[in-house]
Amino acid sequence: MDNIAGTKSSLTWAVHISVALLVTLWLFPTVGLLVSSFRTADQIATSGWWASMFPSEQNLTLRTAAPDTARPEGALFVIDGNLFVEDGKEAGKSEISVWGTSSREISAYKPGDTADLGDDGRLTVQANGDYRLESDTAPEGRRGERVFVTAEAPPEFTLRNYQNVLFDPKNREGMAKAFFNTLTVTIPATIIPILIAAFAAYALAWMDFPGRALLIAAVVALLVVPLQLALIPLLKFHNQIGIGKGYIGVWLAHTGFGLPLAIYLLRNYMVGLPRDIIENARVDGATEFQIFTKIILPLSFPALASFAIFQFLWTWNDLLVALVFLIDATGETTVMTKQIVELLGTRGGNWEILATSAFVSISVPLIVFFAMQKYLVRGLLAGSVK
Amino acid sequence: MHPALQGLLTIIVGVGGCVGYFYFSNQLLDRVLFPARGPNAGRNINRANMIRPWLFLAPALIALGLYLAYPVVETMRLSLTERLPGGGSKFVGLDNYTQMLGEPKFWEALQNNFLWLLIVPAMSTAFGLLAAQLTDRIGWGNIAKSLIFMPMAISFVGAAVIWKLIYDTRPAGQDQIGVLNAIWLLFEGGFGSVLFLQIIPVLLLAAFGAAVAWLGYALIRPLLAGNRAGQGAAFMLLRGLAALICTALVVSALSGILKLLTVSPPYGEPQTWLTIPFYNNFFLMAVLIWIQTGFAMVILSAALRGIPEETIEAAIIDGANPFQIFFKIKVPQIMGTVVVVWTTITIVVLKVFDIVFAMTNGQWETQVLANYMYDKLFRASDWGVGSAAAMVIMLLVTPILIWNVYNARKEMK
Repeated sequence: MDNIAGTKSSLTWAVHISVALLVTLWLFPTVGLLVSSFRTADQIATSGWWASMFPSEQNLTLRTAAPDTARPEGALFVIDGNLFVEDGKEAGKSEISVWGTSSREISAYKPGDTADLGDDGRLTVQANGDYRLESDTAPEGRRGERVFVTAEAPPEFTLRNYQNVLFDPKNREGMAKAFFNTLTVTIPATIIPILIAAFAAYALAWMDFPGRALLIAAVVALLVVPLQLALIPLLKFHNQIGIGKGYIGVWLAHTGFGLPLAIYLLRNYMVGLPRDIIENARVDGATEFQIFTKIILPLSFPALASFAIFQFLWTWNDLLVALVFLIDATGETTVMTKQIVELLGTRGGNWEILATSAFVSISVPLIVFFAMQKYLVRGLLAGSVK
Repeated sequence: MHPALQGLLTIIVGVGGCVGYFYFSNQLLDRVLFPARGPNAGRNINRANMIRPWLFLAPALIALGLYLAYPVVETMRLSLTERLPGGGSKFVGLDNYTQMLGEPKFWEALQNNFLWLLIVPAMSTAFGLLAAQLTDRIGWGNIAKSLIFMPMAISFVGAAVIWKLIYDTRPAGQDQIGVLNAIWLLFEGGFGSVLFLQIIPVLLLAAFGAAVAWLGYALIRPLLAGNRAGQGAAFMLLRGLAALICTALVVSALSGILKLLTVSPPYGEPQTWLTIPFYNNFFLMAVLIWIQTGFAMVILSAALRGIPEETIEAAIIDGANPFQIFFKIKVPQIMGTVVVVWTTITIVVLKVFDIVFAMTNGQWETQVLANYMYDKLFRASDWGVGSAAAMVIMLLVTPILIWNVYNARKEMK
């Protein structure tokens, strides 16, 4: 906008750099979690996630195959194979830079060198992990020779965490059940308030009756009432009418807490609809109910969508309401946020579980967010800029 | 019954019930009670139209009354009573409040909440304004915006996990997996450390202190000059109060500078950030700032675009530089929106619960009011004091509530 008078700002490059910095700063935390959720527990615990993006130098302790696999070759007994394969890894990914046979001298040899192990024979290790152990006598003992290698390993990611967290039925800390519970809470709690609010908003926007202004003011006031106040009175109320803790209670609670915003957003939008359409319909003999369902509701779709997204994000991400109105002592109805808080307490160090669980829980809102951002922004603007 | 099935049933019953209620009640009104036929047709139509709004409003009014209005009254009542062991309750007057005021944890929570109230809205709005102004001027601004806006979709609990990874600590000697400690260990006490950790923060604090002092002086000037023309006493009181807060801020900035100059940081030792009293509050606040900046940016960006271009053109022609245009032309014009953003974030801050609950649970002097209340209500089962704490939150929200209602009514006229 500063360019309108024809002077191109000389600060453009600075703006580009600042924005890039800001975006990096804002994205960095989330990316960290995402990357961590694809790493094994060992990897997360031993190096920062930012290091996992590049090939890393690792010190590994590997073993040759057990002595009883030795086969005679002329006068010699030979064991050969690949060190990485013996360790259960894939060959050909890592490259050994130095190696040793004692923990005090892990960089004694270069790839291709031959180490003299005395009675145990002579060991040659190649860069790709291939080794050949020759000895003059039949080797004894149960386990193979230890080899200390320093290897350059490429970035390595795995989907095992997700398998574990989502699909392992034996995993009691799994997210599968919590995921469905959250969904069960969210969908009715999103749909029901929309309908109730739409009717009320129509009355507040287009019908004339005494006390209308007062009601609108009351809705604006209730918009900021902290829901903390409602916890105990409503829990008592739910217990009295026999709902107790459970889905019905949490649906009702979310409906009640979502209504002020819903009514406010929808009323603001409906007031802006052209008066002519409604008057014409009235003149043509439409009833108020018909006007509402046939004209107002379809026209208000953008506002309905905005509120639906708000309510969806809010109910999906909610912890407090679920803790108070839903989750009972059996824990059968736990939701994802509660599950994660639990994990933070008991498995605070197990980042692979935590990161994966957290990412499972935030992935759905993120998808909704990116798919429906337009409506979200519109709703925000209608809700606060006046 | 399977919960998913129950959910489906609830949707059907809820939606069907709503639609049915609205449809049949309208039918009843139009066909049976006041039919628009016969000798009284005119009168009947009028009567039906008087009743209809209330039919439309009834479900919403019942839900609002039951789930928001009644709890306010009931909480107030609960805060004045005490539960008796055998059930029932007895009126105890202000005992719950006195008990609460006697608890150091409450004062800690209140103090921390004020810290949150000062810093989170200010920082979020400032970052949001910066991001809005910068992204509006470049081609890929919309992508940048949606990336900065993204944390809005992430739950507080998810954000807590994300940031806990950042603050993670490993014993000295191991590779750090938390970014903050990894960066911290880069500082070794040389010139760079002093520059980044002492000189620059001191300069920032000094600039902040100066700005606040200037603001306070601007607020208090009309009072000193005795110029009360056109302003009510309440407004003057508000100015005085704001100036007082400014003074407190300047003092704390100065003491911060003093601290920074005399401190000798423990270089080379990994820190457990969330257990350092006082400073850990800021690490928790960073999470909320990270989330709320996107919100501030979206709204302020729309406001910036709404500024009439003529004003900016005129400023450019008059030779204003970009900074002058921003601070003297644009910001004053969007001041109303800045206030809206500020108050909205303030309300979020007052209710902040999940972040503290998930990250520290109020340990190491990070308690806040909402978490204190939760502790009292559901861990200590002390409904009286818990309700009293809830009333304190309500009390803090009330000025914003009144301000919003006042504005809404002004708009409607």
